Amino acid sequence: MSATVRIPTPLRTATGGAAKVDVEGDTLGEALSDLEAQHPGISERLLDESGELRRFVNVFVDDEDVRFQQGLETTLEPGTTVSIIPAVAGG
Amino acid sequence: MFVEGLRCRECGREAEIAAVHVCEFCFGPLEVVYDYEGMAKAVSRDRISKGPRSLWRYADMLPMLPGTTEADHVDLGAGYTPLVRAPRLGAKLGLRDLWVKNDTLNPSFSFKDRVVSVALTVARSLGFDTAACASTGNLANSVSAHAAAAGMDAYVFIPSDLEETKILASAVYGPKLVAVKGTYDDVNRLCGEIAGEFGWAFVNVNVRPYYAEGSKTIGYEVAEQLGWQLPEHLIAPMASGSMLVKIDKAFTELVTLGLVEETPWRISGAQATGCAPISTALNDGTGFVRPVKPDTVAKSLAIGNPADGYYAIDAVRRTGGAMGDVSDDEIIGGIRTLAETEGIFAETAGGVTVATLAKLVEQGRIDPSARTVAVISGIGLKTTDAVAPMLSPTHTINAGLSDFQEAVKLDD
Repeated sequence: MSATVRIPTPLRTATGGAAKVDVEGDTLGEALSDLEAQHPGISERLLDESGELRRFVNVFVDDEDVRFQQGLETTLEPGTTVSIIPAVAGG
Repeated sequence: MFVEGLRCRECGREAEIAAVHVCEFCFGPLEVVYDYEGMAKAVSRDRISKGPRSLWRYADMLPMLPGTTEADHVDLGAGYTPLVRAPRLGAKLGLRDLWVKNDTLNPSFSFKDRVVSVALTVARSLGFDTAACASTGNLANSVSAHAAAAGMDAYVFIPSDLEETKILASAVYGPKLVAVKGTYDDVNRLCGEIAGEFGWAFVNVNVRPYYAEGSKTIGYEVAEQLGWQLPEHLIAPMASGSMLVKIDKAFTELVTLGLVEETPWRISGAQATGCAPISTALNDGTGFVRPVKPDTVAKSLAIGNPADGYYAIDAVRRTGGAMGDVSDDEIIGGIRTLAETEGIFAETAGGVTVATLAKLVEQGRIDPSARTVAVISGIGLKTTDAVAPMLSPTHTINAGLSDFQEAVKLDD
């Protein structure tokens, strides 16, 4: 299954400037693994030592925060958009 | 001008001064780094007391970029609001020495004028000519007003279901006002993406490290107005949690700079039960801030995914404070109690603060003899919808003396 990951500005140093990356994977976790395969080094920016999403990283699948879904186990439909957004904003 | 740069609060990596709010490595929040030694030499109680009667009296302690002069300050007169004794509210709540920091008395009637005047001053120093924000209302009002006065364009994003007054109190200043069909968290997320695409100064996105520092001035003022003493206890409303964190930081800085004697203080935080991710995380012992979908009358505090929740928990735990949350009915009750005892008409966030303070006293979680300051962050005239159903004339009469005499017979 392929999905599109939208890369926020601070992470584009890890994607050679790309704002969108097409990835393969049935779940968010698999999609992020593929993202890492394409752009080595990006996953340590998103995941902590235990492999969970860092606390200031928000990931949205189909415009819904994955913490309201199944986290890294959230399934991706074909053509889904995954947005990665820094949490530190607002208020 | 004692700004040295930016540093990530999470991983410590440094960043150059720019319109950037997150650590490029770990997405942690960037915070302004100051040269406190230089600052300590420059500031004094005397110098501050001779400064303007606004937050700009603390300009040396704010993130002003090199070359900024007084003429560059985006200034509608925010800050230096009254700190008043609240003996009648104190008696009602069972607190012996209660004070209210009345931030309803700001140019656009909320504490947001503090953060916005700092943010737009820095934004102009960085070369921006367009200001923007994601807002639950008060910030929208403030950015619209300050941008107008500074001659900047403004793009202001709000949830479309805001209180009518908060919408028109932005629109009147002539910004591009974008009502988004969604919650504040949706608006915030959208703005995070827009900020990456457009070259604007989003005060609470890419300019947030500077913006947030403006809230420190609440803490500076409280101490100065108490005769250069720290209060023993302060309670603040929490949306993102940033204000509380920055007041705590202000107290620490005042000690570091030798402006006050180091005396212990406690900081407490107040939320609405319909949006209480921070107080829940503290009180359930997990410390894990789980996002929520807000459902509360206190729309100005309706941030389900609070950026500074973890740091607010750290500050409250470190200082021995408490957190609590209150229902919509308690919030309305808090608004009315504050108005009826102290003559201050607060918006729903003020009701949250007062009602939470009452609850924490009842629960025995705070010391009733401690000198306590309650931060009242915005004015009630913007959230009249919340209280309108229970407020009406107490007497409606014909215009004759006997009609009045008849009507007041029933009083007492």
